[in-house]
Amino acid sequence: MSDAVIDRKIDRSHMQVSNEVAIQIEKMNKWYGQFHVLRDIDLTVYRGERIVICGPSGSGKSTLIRCINALEEHQKGRIVVDGTVLSSDLKNIDKIRSEVGMVFQHFNLFPHLTILENCTLAPIWVRKIPRKEAEETAMHFLRKVKIPEQAHKYPGQLSGGQQQRVAIARSLCMRPRIMLFDEPTSALDPEMIKEVLDTMIELAEEGMTMLVVTHEMGFAQAVANRVIFMDQGQIVEQNEPKEFFSNPKSERTKLFLSQILGH
Amino acid sequence: MSETHAATVSYVRDTMLPPAEAPVTERGAIKWLRENLFSGWLNTLLTLIALYIIFVAVRAVMPWLMNSVWNAASLGECRQIVAAAGEGATGACWAVIRDRWHQYMFGFYPRELYWRPVLAFGLLFVALAPVLYYGNRRAELTLTATAGAFVIAVLFALGTPFGIVAAVTVLMAALLALAWAAPKRLVWVTVFYAPVCYLLLWGGSVWAPVTAIAGFALLAAVFVALQPRVGVPVALGAGLVAAVLWWAYPDATVARALSSILPIGLTAVPSTQFGGFLLAITIGVTAISFSLPLGILLALGRQSNMLIVKALSVGFIEFIRGVPLITLLFTASLLLQYFLPPGTNFDIILRVIILVTFFAAAYLAEVIRGGLAALPRGQYEAADSLGLDYWQAQRLVILPQALKISIPGIVSTFIGLFKDTTLVSFVGLMDPLRGVTQIVRADINWKGIYWEPYIFVGAIFFLMCYGMSRYSMYLERKLRTDHR
Ligand SMILES: Nc1ncnc2c1ncn2[C@@H]1O[C@H](COP(=O)(O)OP(=O)(O)OP(=O)(O)O)[C@@H](O)[C@H]1O
Ligand SMILES: [Mg+2]
Repeated sequence: MSDAVIDRKIDRSHMQVSNEVAIQIEKMNKWYGQFHVLRDIDLTVYRGERIVICGPSGSGKSTLIRCINALEEHQKGRIVVDGTVLSSDLKNIDKIRSEVGMVFQHFNLFPHLTILENCTLAPIWVRKIPRKEAEETAMHFLRKVKIPEQAHKYPGQLSGGQQQRVAIARSLCMRPRIMLFDEPTSALDPEMIKEVLDTMIELAEEGMTMLVVTHEMGFAQAVANRVIFMDQGQIVEQNEPKEFFSNPKSERTKLFLSQILGH
Repeated sequence: MSETHAATVSYVRDTMLPPAEAPVTERGAIKWLRENLFSGWLNTLLTLIALYIIFVAVRAVMPWLMNSVWNAASLGECRQIVAAAGEGATGACWAVIRDRWHQYMFGFYPRELYWRPVLAFGLLFVALAPVLYYGNRRAELTLTATAGAFVIAVLFALGTPFGIVAAVTVLMAALLALAWAAPKRLVWVTVFYAPVCYLLLWGGSVWAPVTAIAGFALLAAVFVALQPRVGVPVALGAGLVAAVLWWAYPDATVARALSSILPIGLTAVPSTQFGGFLLAITIGVTAISFSLPLGILLALGRQSNMLIVKALSVGFIEFIRGVPLITLLFTASLLLQYFLPPGTNFDIILRVIILVTFFAAAYLAEVIRGGLAALPRGQYEAADSLGLDYWQAQRLVILPQALKISIPGIVSTFIGLFKDTTLVSFVGLMDPLRGVTQIVRADINWKGIYWEPYIFVGAIFFLMCYGMSRYSMYLERKLRTDHR
């Protein structure tokens, strides 16, 4: 983990958790061949929650959030996103994917398209928004992540931190109601981590529902309303951040936290 | 100024010394020679051996080229002229090309109709302009203008009747004006090129190509009507079936009926009169333009999760790649006859085009599969997570990148395909290399001519293939966006 400091004052006026359910996961199980990756996952995410998921490598964090937008298929249990049950029906999957934004560790921008085209591609083709309007929206979000001046460059010409912020803007252009982040800062140099975390904090301040796999504990303490610890495919412990860090209950959590926090 | 300078700084040189010249061994040509040809005893030795080989080759070929004969009515006359140059002299007899160039270009296509293939050839480049130089208006204009000038010049040189030259000039000027004023409209030339070209080359009633287009219109209509309900593959399949049924049954009858009502058209030229580069280019260009989409579909089919689609694609690719092209050409009539209603008389050139297309498509599919495999999984996942459906993801994200990676392989396949068109001589067509040369040699005047036709035909093939290769390098440069 890096030591990116969250030094800003966080505006909590819009960070409200409603009692409307955004994601409901019940008894979800997943196997890779014979390997049981996720075991009986139960998780309810309410609208407006900022959840940080942590855990040792290979514990199934990525797999869990990738199941939520059907990048991975689960074999047992039920996932309901925004009232739509995730089944093998392609219509449902496409609907959920267009409502749920995802940000990857390696950005996954489209290298053959400019930044602006990256941001307008899905709105134009999936949402059928006129190009001009889509470009206005894209510029709005590029300004928000503070790189409007790069709009006509290609991803290969940007730094890692800038690319990741473009990736966030690209997701936001679809106006998602939920955002998933899979280790968005792990591929970045320390000085770029902060700019990406700042962008994510701003998003949280606006009340976005977020599921973030990260080892940035500073971010978890400052922004999350719940921290989930996973190990060997199970949710071992979850709590609000203050309790989670100061008073972990299970031995495994303690061990993990001592490894990651105490050097 | 220099005073204060001198006052404040104890010693600073005011004027720069002129730079000394580098030693002779580090300059210009000598440096280049030393670094590239004589940079060690092994390199020096290799350089000397290479120089000797070049010397021997030039000594053998030069006199032959220097004594070239351009004006002669027969090989015997050529030999007499060469013999006059001296004892034991050798000389090339290009007179054969001068005498028979038209057969190398057009086969037995009627002489008075040469303007039609020439015009079709020129229009080909106008039709290609928006494809080859998409978004590069200046290149599109240049290509259109060059094609126009070329056609008009050739028609003049061929002694085409004035009326036709004038009409073609007007047409080309109109196209140039279109390329100038509305470059986007030029795409319509591309869309309607195939039927126009067919009409120019084969002639006959205008209604045959028109009703053939109706088949494509039917395909499009069925596709558009069904696609939202049953998805791309099924809609495409249904559209194809409808189109094939149309072409197989009512098409010919309707065309005949229409031409009896309104008989307009051009003098018909049967396929048996096609030959030379006219034949090679007809087969090559058609097969190239159809094999690319087919190859893409096969590559995607091979990666598909749908078992039947995958099995069919793999089966097709492996079968076609596993069998020599000549075998396919020989069995063409048999194979294709199975799929067609009995009694259809299937044109030999069309038959060959279909097989060459299949052949190239199978190779292209594998080349493109390589490009698809080279893309990181993240690209698919990003496209999926944004909600793009399969075809959108392929068309907008995956294929543009995969095809870009595959450009060298794709162009190699195209070049191979184009050269393979010479194999059609095995099914009795007059390809420029063997087919026409055999006919030329059958003439008592040119019996025994050997090198000259091959060098001539080879040179033309080289020019075209080299052109394709240069274009692919341009395209790679143009599409490079990864700045790493
Ligand atoms: N496609 C796959 N096929 C087989 N096994 C897989 C596959 N993807 C992941 N796994 C395995 O599933 C387990 C969970 O993987 P996952 O990527 O979810 O872990 P993670 O918690 O995100 O780890 P990290 O912190 O290293 O990213 C790992 O043991 C991994 O080896
Ligand atoms: Mg992971």
